[in-house]
Amino acid sequence: MSLVLDDVSYRYPRVAGWAVRGASLVVAPGEVVGLAGPSGCGKSTLGKLACGVLVPAEGRVVVDDGPARPRRGARLVQLVHQDPVAAMNPRWRVRAVLDEADPTGSSLADPVVGALVETGWLDRYPHEISGGELQRVSLARALLAKPTYLVADEISASLDPLTQAALWRDLLGVVRERGLGVLAVSHDAALLAEVADRVVSVGGGTLAV
Amino acid sequence: MNRRELDVSVESAALDVRDLRVAFVQYERGLRRRVVEAVRGMTLSAHPGEVVALVGASGAGKSLFGHAVLGMLPPNARATGEVRLGGRLLDEAARRRLAGRGLVLLPQGGSYLDPTARVGAQVRRAARLAGRRDPAAAAREALAERGLEAGVERLYPHELSGGMARRVVGAVAGVGDPAVVIADEPTPGLHPEAVAAALQGLRRTADGGAAVVLITHDLRGALGVSDRVVVCRAGSTVDEAAVADFAGDGAGLAHPYTRALWQALPGHGFRAPAEPGAAS
Repeated sequence: MSLVLDDVSYRYPRVAGWAVRGASLVVAPGEVVGLAGPSGCGKSTLGKLACGVLVPAEGRVVVDDGPARPRRGARLVQLVHQDPVAAMNPRWRVRAVLDEADPTGSSLADPVVGALVETGWLDRYPHEISGGELQRVSLARALLAKPTYLVADEISASLDPLTQAALWRDLLGVVRERGLGVLAVSHDAALLAEVADRVVSVGGGTLAV
Repeated sequence: MNRRELDVSVESAALDVRDLRVAFVQYERGLRRRVVEAVRGMTLSAHPGEVVALVGASGAGKSLFGHAVLGMLPPNARATGEVRLGGRLLDEAARRRLAGRGLVLLPQGGSYLDPTARVGAQVRRAARLAGRRDPAAAAREALAERGLEAGVERLYPHELSGGMARRVVGAVAGVGDPAVVIADEPTPGLHPEAVAAALQGLRRTADGGAAVVLITHDLRGALGVSDRVVVCRAGSTVDEAAVADFAGDGAGLAHPYTRALWQALPGHGFRAPAEPGAAS
């Protein structure tokens, strides 16, 4: 049982060359794998392939022995973006944003979500709370879909040091308690050294361990 | 008025802000009037040749600082406190008149460019407004200084990459040879290479004689190019520290919040605040 990328390749439409070429990667439950590399090296593309947002042109992605894009229900691999404002409907209050992932409307009953999101934010719109607070909402929404793996693509690159450390402390808590596997995409080697069990470098769309 | 006319010397700070406060008047349902104080006492000075970083969490009032100094706040905001430029106490209206010439703001994104005008026209207009004698040559020079070739002048803003757009904004702001440059979060969303280039550009601006205020959440990036760091929290500046004091376990940092920021950096403890969300 793990998240497996098996010899995957991907090229964007109307763009010459491969963004990812023959990359293989395994993330085990409860493991944090760092994905490092310079801009444009294909690390974000690899993250999108891992969570099923993109479908590989060659190779395959297997999630706990099943498909990356199950026909019913939420995907087992969820994605959290760098910019939470761009990832949310600006006309929805925070409550509606969270309820989309958990239609029971009892989002805050989940202790992990309760620790991430303060009750006072629920009736606000995304632009009415700070960037750090909104990223906590974004992470909570991803966790409400009950994923077994999470792709964290530069989730703390826009945050100040204290907000970044608090966000990762809470995410690493979920990794320990629930065995969540995390693929952490970041250009920040010092950050990956703190949070990842091992770091994989990406260069020119291929991997070097 | 540009740097030469503003008559700044190293003795008098180019920018000297004392106890700046910004309050917003809001009307709630039923027309109840409510005053929200967003900036509650910010003090900061910057000398010619200096980069001073204003560091804090998002929502700490950092961006309002820049807009208040330039006299560019929205109509429902009221600013109080003393702002001196080149030693002279100036009110909001006087600062507004200087904005874009002696005193410039580098806004957060390329979205501040006019989407309907070519790059060259926008930089030339800025040069003309700043009183440069040969606006075309000044514009070309300002773009070239930032590594943008002449062909860029013919492009529209939507044809630029994010990093290029910010360099064009830098050219518009810098073409008037300003005495004071306030850069508002110049780095988020940029690739690491572009971040380094943007920060080095500010360092060069200061080395050329301007006083630069770098508003950022990125403490590590700020330490690489700044002379001093002013730390703000919840609308107030709480500490000022030398770059050299950000070392080891942070024992040289007197203020607990500054020390906490340093010790929260990856590689320097990665220590989170005690309460979840307390930093935000």
